[in-house]
Amino acid sequence: MAKSSATKDAQALFHSLRSAYAATPTNLKIIDLYVVFAISTALIQVVYMALVGSFPFNSFLSGVLSCIGTAVLAVCLRIQVNKENKEFKDLPPERAFADFVLCNLVLHLVIMNFLG
Amino acid sequence: MGKYLGILIVALCTLICEAAIFRPISDSHRSAALELLTPKDGSFTSLKETFEALRTFKVLGIGHQPNIKAKACKSVVDTVRSPFFVLKDLFQALRVNGILKCELNEETFAGIASRLKDSMNTASSLLDYYYSVGSLALIKGQASEVDVQLGGADSVFRAIKALSQSDGRWRYSSNNPESSTFAAGIALESLAGVISLASSEIDHSLISLVKNDISKLLDGVEKYDDGTYYLDEKLADAHGLQSPLSASSAVVRGITAFATASNEDLNLPGDKILGLARFFLGVGIPGNAEDLFYQLDALDSLENNRVSIPLILSLPTAVISLTRRDQLKVNVNTVLGSAAPSLSVKLKQIFSSGSKDASIIDQDLKFDPENAVHLLDALPEYIDAGRYIFSLEIVLHNPDDKKIYATGGRTKISIYVTGFIEVDHADVAVLDSDLGNVETENRVDLSGEKTHSLSANHLQKLQLSFQLTSPLGHAFKPHQAFLKLTHESKVEHIFVVGNSGKKFEIILDFLGLVEKFFYLSGRYDIQLTVGDAVMENSFFLHLGSIELDLPEPPEKAARSPPQPIDPASRFGPKAEISHIFRAPEKRSPKELSLTFLALVLLPFVGFLMGLLRLQVNLKNFPKASAPAIFSILFHLGIAAVLTLYLLFWLKLNLFTTLKTLGFLGIFLMFVGHRTLAYLASSSAKLKSA
Repeated sequence: MAKSSATKDAQALFHSLRSAYAATPTNLKIIDLYVVFAISTALIQVVYMALVGSFPFNSFLSGVLSCIGTAVLAVCLRIQVNKENKEFKDLPPERAFADFVLCNLVLHLVIMNFLG
Repeated sequence: MGKYLGILIVALCTLICEAAIFRPISDSHRSAALELLTPKDGSFTSLKETFEALRTFKVLGIGHQPNIKAKACKSVVDTVRSPFFVLKDLFQALRVNGILKCELNEETFAGIASRLKDSMNTASSLLDYYYSVGSLALIKGQASEVDVQLGGADSVFRAIKALSQSDGRWRYSSNNPESSTFAAGIALESLAGVISLASSEIDHSLISLVKNDISKLLDGVEKYDDGTYYLDEKLADAHGLQSPLSASSAVVRGITAFATASNEDLNLPGDKILGLARFFLGVGIPGNAEDLFYQLDALDSLENNRVSIPLILSLPTAVISLTRRDQLKVNVNTVLGSAAPSLSVKLKQIFSSGSKDASIIDQDLKFDPENAVHLLDALPEYIDAGRYIFSLEIVLHNPDDKKIYATGGRTKISIYVTGFIEVDHADVAVLDSDLGNVETENRVDLSGEKTHSLSANHLQKLQLSFQLTSPLGHAFKPHQAFLKLTHESKVEHIFVVGNSGKKFEIILDFLGLVEKFFYLSGRYDIQLTVGDAVMENSFFLHLGSIELDLPEPPEKAARSPPQPIDPASRFGPKAEISHIFRAPEKRSPKELSLTFLALVLLPFVGFLMGLLRLQVNLKNFPKASAPAIFSILFHLGIAAVLTLYLLFWLKLNLFTTLKTLGFLGIFLMFVGHRTLAYLASSSAKLKSA
């Protein structure tokens, strides 16, 4: 009994989460999708390293850090773009996007240098 | 051990070679001649060399190479027809022609002959006579029609004879007081030529004078210990100092030519003729073409002379093994290796080396006609391992042959009789010094399989003893019996093992030897060397080691000398450096990597699909032309920067990249600012509206 109720509760929770997320603006959803894409790419690379070994280690690091870094930047962009977030009310989303692009370019310059 | 045995064998060989038996000319001479006498570019440098080479080949029975003939004959014809009349060159040309038979007509010969006769009248030196007479004699042999007879042969003969000296040697010219052996040789050859060219018989008294000269010349012959005779040359002439070989060769050629031409019995002592033959054979294989010519020319003269033909007694081997029951084999040949007449070889005496007494045997050797070798079936029973001198004699069967051949009486030949020497009663013991008690005693196994470990202190003695017995049971005393002690620090001490009768014994009293041993305690390796030329089982044995406990050195004791350092270790080549490279890291299989590449691309596909699901559109893209261009440029700018990164990864360096990135960044900033400002203003308008 307890098990089925727990499943039901989880289902109910999942439903409420989904319906709540459906209300999220599309531009935030795009950013979320981007973050998921970046993180999953990083995960696949980690799995590869676990299977094959860490050689060449710098290439592995730059690959993973490129994904993680861009995901973090995307999260930052999401925080700044979110209209609910009162802290960044005065910051226009275009400015946030320009920051995102600039940071990404700098990040990838370093990554490319490190790639070997 | 191998090294020492090698030295022993070399020593043995040298001993045998010293007692060398004179062997007739064989195939080794032929191959040496072919090697030495290779013409450069198809011809020899001079006519003299050409003649010497051709003559050498002829004596050895090697057919002369036809490729020499064309060039040599051209040279001969040029010389003979040359308007310059050089006696020496003419003589050499005619000599070459004598062998090669170049095409020269009778008139040419006749022309030269008359000029030669004219030159004979003006000749003053021995060499002038030699070349003129020699050339005429050669023409006589090559063109029978040409008149070469000397009218005034007697006067020419006297003129040459006038140059002779009282000791049988000759002067080169009347105004040169020095006499020479080589000159005697060519003078005799010239006289022989004069006799053969004379139109009337030469005065017999003149010939007997020359005979007298020849015997005087041979009285001055020098002798070596092994029975070889040679004629020495003391005068350095225009050709430089003639060697004993060339001087002896010239004399032999002169004497044999004179004997042939005069048809006289010269009564030459056979042993001297044989001794000269041995001298030429004893030279072995000369190292240069000229010496080879002198040697073979003289030997050929001896082989075909009318005086006495030497017979050479030689042994295939001078070592006879008792263990193998070898037979004594003797060959008898002429100097050039042709067969001897029917004869028998007698073993007359056997001298044992070291003792004067000789046993007289007088035993005939059996002749084996198949191999043309004389055999002694069994050695006398009392012959033990050792060095002996066998005295052999050649007995000619036909009494007439005795006038033709020179056998030289008895020939003494040194022979090594080798045998297996038995080694027994070998003991190694450590004795107490004062009492002579035996502390430890070891019977030594001389097969060398077992080694012994002994220990002693300075108050004790080391005793080593063994017995050597020859095949006949006599005591055997080898050349070498050494005991060697080698310390760990490579300091060596060698002791001679003395003998009393059969027994060999050495006692090392360490008390007396501490100083010699430099007070070095520790392990000493013991090695025993017993060797002799006639011992078939000479050995070099590692007996074992002895641990010596010697007292501490006093302060002023001598230090052990520094051991010689192997120069190879200091100056020799260093060990080759082999470079070790890091092994390449293990790579994953290609398939796996490609699979993961596809997997990495999967999230991107998912991202694109997600975008489609969210129904993303480009409605916000600016419609107006100017902002649209800016925003396209903005995107192109980002693409350009990313492409630059890709190039940076692939081939560019950081500086080039940063430089380009600077320009691209300024451009991107400009267009980005314009694009985003336009977007911001349009969204602000939307809000306010």
